[in-house]
Amino acid sequence: MSSTIKGVPAPGYNPISASDYIPQEKMREIQLERFIRVVKNAYENVPLYRQRFDEAHFDVNSFKSLEDVKKLPFTKKVDLRDTYPYGLFARPLKDIVRLHASSGTTGKPIVVAYTQADLDVWQQTMCRSLAAVGMCKEDIVQNSYGYGLFTGGLGAHAGAEGLGAAVIPASGGNTARQIMLMRDFGVTAITCTPSYFIHLIDEAGKMGVDLRSLPIRRGVFGAEPWSEGMRRYIEESAGIKAYDIYGLSEITGPGVACECEYQNGLHVFEDHYYPEIIDPDTLEVLPDGEEGELVLTTLSKEAIPMIRYRTRDITSIMTEKCPCGRTIRRISRIGRRSDDMFIIRGVNVFPSQIETAILNAEKTLPNYQIVLTRAKGLDNMEVQIELTPEMFSDKVSAMEELTAKFAKAIERIINIRTSVRLMPPNSIPRSEGKAKRVVDKRELDK
Amino acid sequence: MKFTQLSIFIGRNSPGSLNDACKVLADANIDLSTLTLADTKEFGILRLITKDWEKAKDLLGKAGFAVQTTEVVALLVDHKPGGMCGILDALAKNNINVEYLYAFATPIAGNAVVVFRFDNPDEAIAKLTEDGGGNIRFVSPGKIFGTEKA
Repeated sequence: MSSTIKGVPAPGYNPISASDYIPQEKMREIQLERFIRVVKNAYENVPLYRQRFDEAHFDVNSFKSLEDVKKLPFTKKVDLRDTYPYGLFARPLKDIVRLHASSGTTGKPIVVAYTQADLDVWQQTMCRSLAAVGMCKEDIVQNSYGYGLFTGGLGAHAGAEGLGAAVIPASGGNTARQIMLMRDFGVTAITCTPSYFIHLIDEAGKMGVDLRSLPIRRGVFGAEPWSEGMRRYIEESAGIKAYDIYGLSEITGPGVACECEYQNGLHVFEDHYYPEIIDPDTLEVLPDGEEGELVLTTLSKEAIPMIRYRTRDITSIMTEKCPCGRTIRRISRIGRRSDDMFIIRGVNVFPSQIETAILNAEKTLPNYQIVLTRAKGLDNMEVQIELTPEMFSDKVSAMEELTAKFAKAIERIINIRTSVRLMPPNSIPRSEGKAKRVVDKRELDK
Repeated sequence: MKFTQLSIFIGRNSPGSLNDACKVLADANIDLSTLTLADTKEFGILRLITKDWEKAKDLLGKAGFAVQTTEVVALLVDHKPGGMCGILDALAKNNINVEYLYAFATPIAGNAVVVFRFDNPDEAIAKLTEDGGGNIRFVSPGKIFGTEKA
């Protein structure tokens, strides 16, 4: 592998990962058995599912093979909103031991719930995620996902603790303290959003701390899409291996799928989360290898069974065997969400494309934001890029060239001309959770 | 004759940021010898010269500004019509390109002091020292900052 990692051999096989190696045929049997159970749980305990299944003339007792999955109706985020707060619960509140909620950007948040058994499964798949990237009980893990209603913090915490690692519940924020902890506690692995880690790299630089000289050697980053360019940048500037982890609150939280040491696709813990890829327009199930929207079913969830949940994440199921030996299937890295996509002058654009362009132009990743406006019926896109001290020159001509260079790099990728505006450092709001890359003011400007 | 100039990035639509930058320096009791703002449609660059440039750079950096240092050259210019021409002639003759220039706020012995930003200040100084046609009078930092007698 290309980048440098401080020389510590990867630990060997961890028994927690046993289910990662179940032969495919056996896995299908387990999935079918659990699918039947979860569908019954949904039908018997959740009025919305009962109504939907009846409307689709789906007889729960006729469920005999995984081929029958296709007949089941989909579940969407809006269903969680419409049934806020407890409408999708399949268990009474006395059996619920944890509630989480997503930040509702529009209207009400969505609520998710867990029985003790649900928390155990979540912890187990989170442990398997961290074990897959080579983490073990020797690790000192700084968990910088936000603790609270967001599933990232407590999810990663439970996983690292379950592995027997020493967990530092740093949560998000207070960047200077984060860097102090990392240095003074000899942190060997970090879990946080990739955009927050980039922020940590910047701030460490300002404090005169070279992350490459610290014991930290692994980072497990998730909760938002990030590009391969961003991975290279993180690995080179921090001297660590950067791994992608995937999950969503609606299914459980982080730990639905995770990369292994080969960093080529994310293994789905498919004994608990059943993946399908569909064409988001026709809703047809696509064969393995084809790109489409990821649909997930929770195979063992008690509190809120999620049947064929449309994630909006675009990926494909990889067919080749992974050299790590795991038999559970992989999905390719999620570079985009159909939710993140925006349309400008008829062209579909994903923030990840803008990120790639910025990296192509300057080989660094300053904080950036995409602002969409509408004037006289015409859409305009402005990419605001924060200036780093290294990019800054006293010459107006050099600054104009830099602006033009960014604009050209973006145009080369998305084929439309955009305006680029250089911004003073730290002027674009930073999130300690998921980065907000797109500000769409078009509705307001209309 | 060489001065260290600080350049500070000023964003568009942030009218307070010029004031913010100046306030950082004022609060630290830093005296500015001269300053100029280059503005474009999209952004501004504040350039300034102060004796305490290292402290100023540190404070501005800590306050979150993008700051750069650049070496510039100060020349004495006769305060009369055509005073600049002799100097510009010498520059043209020596094929020295001027990126930008501005003046110090206070004259020295009745003469203006103009700051020049050259691509390569050392090369410009060498060429002008050798062949300035008698029009080139460098001004040292000591004269501007009052640490040396005029």
